[in-house]
Amino acid sequence: MITLERRPQPSRAWSYLSPILAVLITMVVGGLVFAALGKPPVEAIRTIFWDPLFGDFAGYFRPQLLVKAAPLILIATGLSFGFRAGVWNIGAEGQYIMGALFGAGVALAFYPIEARWLIFPLMVVAGTLGGLLWAMIPGVLRVRFGTNEILVSLMLVYVADFLLDAMALGLLRNPEGMGFPGSRNLQQYPSAHNAELIANTGLHWGVIAAFFAVVAAYILLSRHIFGFNVRLAGQSPRAAAFAGVSANRMVLICLGLSGGLAGMAGMFEVAGPAGQVLASFNVGYGFTAIIVAFLGRLHPLGILLAGMLMALTYIGGELAQMNLQLPRSAIQLFQGMLLFFLLAVDVMTNFRIRLGRKGVA
Amino acid sequence: MTETLLALAGLTKAYPGVIANNDVSLEIAPGEVHALLGENGAGKSTLVKAIYGLVKPDSGAMHLDGQPFAPADPKAARAAGITMVFQHFSLFDALSVAENVALGMERPPPLRDLSARIRDVSDQYGLPLDPTRIVGDLSAGERQRVEIIRCLLQDPKLLIMDEPTSVLTPQEVEILFETLRKLKAEGTAILYISHKLEEIRALCDTATILRLGEVVGDCDPREVSAREMAEMMVGGTLHVPEREAGPEGAVLLTLDHLSAPSPQEFGTPLRDISVEVRAGQVLGIGGVAGNGQDELLLALSGEMAVAPDMVRLRGQAIGHLPPNARRALGLCAAPEERLGHAAAPDMTLTENAALSGKTRKNLVRNGLVDWGGARDFATTIIDRFDVRTPGPENVARSLSGGNLQKYVIGREILQAPDVLVVNQPTWGVDASAAAAIRQAIMDLAAEGTAVVVISQDLDEVMEIADAFAALNAGRLSAPRPARGLTIEEVGLMLGGAHDMEVAHAEA
Repeated sequence: MITLERRPQPSRAWSYLSPILAVLITMVVGGLVFAALGKPPVEAIRTIFWDPLFGDFAGYFRPQLLVKAAPLILIATGLSFGFRAGVWNIGAEGQYIMGALFGAGVALAFYPIEARWLIFPLMVVAGTLGGLLWAMIPGVLRVRFGTNEILVSLMLVYVADFLLDAMALGLLRNPEGMGFPGSRNLQQYPSAHNAELIANTGLHWGVIAAFFAVVAAYILLSRHIFGFNVRLAGQSPRAAAFAGVSANRMVLICLGLSGGLAGMAGMFEVAGPAGQVLASFNVGYGFTAIIVAFLGRLHPLGILLAGMLMALTYIGGELAQMNLQLPRSAIQLFQGMLLFFLLAVDVMTNFRIRLGRKGVA
Repeated sequence: MTETLLALAGLTKAYPGVIANNDVSLEIAPGEVHALLGENGAGKSTLVKAIYGLVKPDSGAMHLDGQPFAPADPKAARAAGITMVFQHFSLFDALSVAENVALGMERPPPLRDLSARIRDVSDQYGLPLDPTRIVGDLSAGERQRVEIIRCLLQDPKLLIMDEPTSVLTPQEVEILFETLRKLKAEGTAILYISHKLEEIRALCDTATILRLGEVVGDCDPREVSAREMAEMMVGGTLHVPEREAGPEGAVLLTLDHLSAPSPQEFGTPLRDISVEVRAGQVLGIGGVAGNGQDELLLALSGEMAVAPDMVRLRGQAIGHLPPNARRALGLCAAPEERLGHAAAPDMTLTENAALSGKTRKNLVRNGLVDWGGARDFATTIIDRFDVRTPGPENVARSLSGGNLQKYVIGREILQAPDVLVVNQPTWGVDASAAAAIRQAIMDLAAEGTAVVVISQDLDEVMEIADAFAALNAGRLSAPRPARGLTIEEVGLMLGGAHDMEVAHAEA
């Protein structure tokens, strides 16, 4: 008989090992799924994980890696604080959209004035504020009325989505756009454009913000009293209360932080890689960032690596769609499996498997 | 009594790293009240769990009525006529007494019949209990009666009771003993686990004394003194804490008409509590569990905010202040529940040192935690309070209950507070650790700290307190000097004269 036995101390080795093991299992099972779809499994896995980095057209794909990873890392870093503290913001996608709308809104309000020193910083602030305010809705509702922030934040994603549609077709629509939906392209508005800082590297201001977020999160978690309080609130709410941590304040701060970073990511995306407010602007970064956060052990450096890996599956997945005609949903399935196997393997961090009969021990 | 109901021979049970029972043998006759005596960790619980089918012994044999007996689970043990009343009740607060009893039965009769049977049994054994009442509204003593009646409805041959009096007032203890004597007269054997020696001398026919998992002696508790039994139990002479009565100083802590609703459902609201504690004074607050102890601690620690004037420190109103502001002013607290409240289970001792020590030990500068300082503080606590652990990098969960208790009490004491509030400082702690903790509390008072000790252990309160007050249904009695107070007077203060009557007064 197989039994699970609780470890006296969580295993450090397993907490590092389990993400790697989860990636390997995902490759194997993903390969089997691809085989079942009639695609060559080894080639599919190679297309997803290898070709974007070292394949024939890697020079084109590598910059894309940073472009995709930056919003994932930025959002996941914010989410990780809430997840550690037991505050479940599932609506980063909506906060990401609101950040983009606020940021783009500010830019379009100034159009065509050229004053980059004013407009671009203002956009960053507005984008952050947009995500933060959107996240405050579930926060305030929970603190005041005890609603569930998981449901409220998730439902607000759909509200934000509709708002995006409405904006793309209405208020923010390009007046010179021949009636097509979508705003002016911010890439053609120098004061607002979040351009590559070094050509052909993918390095834009959002990448730098993500990097700073990781460093700041690392310091907060390991050295700062706020990081300690976050961990305490998540592990042991009553001990946190004894330590003087206000549960309500923790909810608001964590939601505000994750919403703000998601909004900032949305703003950098709309002003740079995406360029305009369109109904198809959001591609699920806010949800994928949840996987990134857990795959990275809610640890800033882990999130950095996990964000890169996830970005790889996005790019590799597109490549596999083009080259191997893999269905888009197969790629999403693949990303989902990663979280699934991670949670499964994670059991080993706190438990060990014991073979043999129960009762002898 | 020559016949034997239950015989244990050579029972051994080992857990990783510790032998809980080593070659334990004992015999219980029908109608015998048999005491199982020993310190925490002596192996009493493991032994009765083996009898009740909760653990399987590694070796040894049990015989019930001469037949080999090896219950696979508690169901089998109950079918064989063995029932048990646990120290911690397994009752649903939101259900009625009868519904709770029905939940424990294999095939419960209709609720109305069951209620009638509960009334019969409660009359017959002098255990006043109304089957229609909601368990959440019952006192601890009444809840215990629910558990006992649950057992009695099964006509047990052997009733196991694990520390039954730890939650009772002296008067409730008397009611319980009456019941147990009736059961005994009817031929039911009782295995009575306790470390309260006077009770055992009053009730039991035989005592088996366990130490470190082994039987170290049998005796007739009516014939040996409590001190002799205690010394068999600890295997040496007992160190009794002592203190020099310090001169009583200025009033440090004032509670002024403190009233507050409980933050929990089925909790007890605090009702109009007024008391003063002076520098160097130990105020003992006794009372049966669930009479507002937790709420009082929360109101004092700052986890529950009250009106500013209701709690004053050196005359300054602090009722509205959160925990860290109170710590900064000199008020420290140690809650009852060490794992999950006083300490975070999965955090290291270093992190747990910072948990409550960060303010007074200056462990946070510009928002950054001084982890080196926290480790030093943790090491100091470990050294000064003899906490058995490989080091401060171990998580709190890995410590035994007694060691963690020494750690969390030591953490507050070493912050040199002006006012210290502790709830159940020695709950579940072995005798020598308990003595060390009490001594440390009294030393702190001798240095001029005002100490409030909330405890359900009356012996403890009487031992260390200068003044005694009783907490009953959220009200605090007027404090009286502890010296010279008799146990009957204490009992009356505690019970507040509520539900004290025996159903059939036989006097």
